[in-house]
Amino acid sequence: MFKNMISMNTLAPKIKEAKLSFYLLNKNILTRAALITVLLLILVAIFALYIAPFPEHIFLGNDPANSLNPPSWKNLCGTDELGRDIFSRILYGTSISLRAAVTAVFFAVTIGSFLGAVAGSVGGWLDELIMRVTDIFLSFPPLLLSISIVALMGPSLNNATLAIVVSWWPWYTRLMRGQAISVKEKQFVKAAEAIGTSRMKIIFKHIVPNCISPIIIQASMDMGAVILSLAGLSFLGLGAQPPTPEWGLMVSTSKNYFMNAPWYSLFPGIAIFITVLSFNLLGDGMREILDPKTRKN
Amino acid sequence: MSLIVLMGVVFITFVITRVVPSDPAAKWAGARATPQQVAAARIELGLDKPYPEQFANYVTNLVQGNLGYSLRTRNPVMNDLKVFIPATVELVLMATLLALVIGIPLGIYSAKHKNRIFDHVSRFFSIGAVSLPGFWIALALQLVFYSYLDFLPLGGRVSIETSLMGNIPNITGFLLFDSLITGNLVIFQDAFRHMILPMITIALYPIGLVARMTRSAMLEILGEDYITAERSYGLSERLILWVYALKNSLGPTSTVVTLSIGYTLMSTFLVESIFNWPGIGKYVSNSIIALDYPAIMGVTIFSALCYMALNLIADLIISLDPRVRL
Repeated sequence: MFKNMISMNTLAPKIKEAKLSFYLLNKNILTRAALITVLLLILVAIFALYIAPFPEHIFLGNDPANSLNPPSWKNLCGTDELGRDIFSRILYGTSISLRAAVTAVFFAVTIGSFLGAVAGSVGGWLDELIMRVTDIFLSFPPLLLSISIVALMGPSLNNATLAIVVSWWPWYTRLMRGQAISVKEKQFVKAAEAIGTSRMKIIFKHIVPNCISPIIIQASMDMGAVILSLAGLSFLGLGAQPPTPEWGLMVSTSKNYFMNAPWYSLFPGIAIFITVLSFNLLGDGMREILDPKTRKN
Repeated sequence: MSLIVLMGVVFITFVITRVVPSDPAAKWAGARATPQQVAAARIELGLDKPYPEQFANYVTNLVQGNLGYSLRTRNPVMNDLKVFIPATVELVLMATLLALVIGIPLGIYSAKHKNRIFDHVSRFFSIGAVSLPGFWIALALQLVFYSYLDFLPLGGRVSIETSLMGNIPNITGFLLFDSLITGNLVIFQDAFRHMILPMITIALYPIGLVARMTRSAMLEILGEDYITAERSYGLSERLILWVYALKNSLGPTSTVVTLSIGYTLMSTFLVESIFNWPGIGKYVSNSIIALDYPAIMGVTIFSALCYMALNLIADLIISLDPRVRL
């Protein structure tokens, strides 16, 4: 009973805080629009197969008689060189891009945060070692490191995703380490140490939960950049392979036809732009409301 | 410390070149080579030696500026880079200049009109600029300015007519600069027209970045006491904004500029081949298609060095600020 009361007391301010954050998030019109778009994109990604007007066109569907048709009521975004409906392919492409980006960001955040939390909390030679390795990875331009890795492993969407993880984790390590160093000096961590809590428990139960907010902000801001990088790798022929309806690959294929069939390049590009813009606006909005420095403004 | 990082970079590139799935010796010997010729190529490239010895040779060669031979062009990678780097550097510098000229005033006006319509439009524009896929905007610009308006060239560094004239100056490799100092205004004009579209394409990202950074730095500074004091002395708003506030916001902005040069360099990798721009971006794109690992690694090491140098410059700029000095 007493325990329940304590948990109720600690939970109530958290719910209030979450409600306030959601209210602030919703107040800014650009952020609200971005939030709605992201939710819509997630729905499209889940139900793409059911809402696509021509699901059979998503991968194959060779129909040369209808190749490179301009946009019409039948084909809202026109057709490509094989007569496939571009709109259906773009809809399905949402799930490919979002899934790859979420996977890449998730693993980059997990690996990076774990190493950063260990480096910041433990200190000493382990900190030195982790941070020097991080510095080495940080001195590669991310896109170029990804290019080198995919060129080494062979082009595919999975390898491109892995390459993104390899080039992005150090950013989270650096961020988490900085947070962990400041949190580990707080009194509640000292108290946990004093009562003999194990080091791993302190890291995961006390330090990580108190450092996670900037990591979430960074991750939401990075989603857009990761989607752009994945599309860029596919554009170079290093990511998704035909006939996968990945947006970057679609723009890459459309290069050969864009003077005569501009819609072929236009619509997949708009899809990338809207998705990346929504994530960037949402990330920016989240930073403004979750960061104590800018929250009051 | 930088030396340790540099050695780490060299080690990673060495590992990548040695664990590639295809056999560099077979590629070097050619498609119709006999097993004996491949074995000879292996000895010629030093690939028959144990890994530690190969790594020692790799480092020695790097120190001497030898990045190996391109499997595609069959030239030393260093020579190829010397040919292609100036075109990329010229493009990156011009794009950065454009980003500063547009980004800084945009950031200042946004901060001045915070939460007003100009600020919202500018915020949307800056976030929009960093959300655009460069390779797509390149195609869109070509379509509008070349295909529809017939106003700017499709690609290349100079037009065919100019290159046929055969007197293109090559002093520094920066064509705009070279044509200016030799007084060849026809070539300068032609080269500039060719640069406009790729320059805009790769400048979009840093414009957004610089505008956002300037805005937030200015907002922080405009709330400082000394600005209130200056206002109470009756100094003009323009003087406060463009001299006193801007001076103090240049620290964070210049850090972002140095770092955004790194990003700009990367965007050239996706954009140069679309504009047929003869720089390292196009070189690396062609090398990827040909699986030319020595060339890819040469560009990787060059870019990593640039990146490290830019980070160092960014740190130096921060340390110039007397408020940061310890």
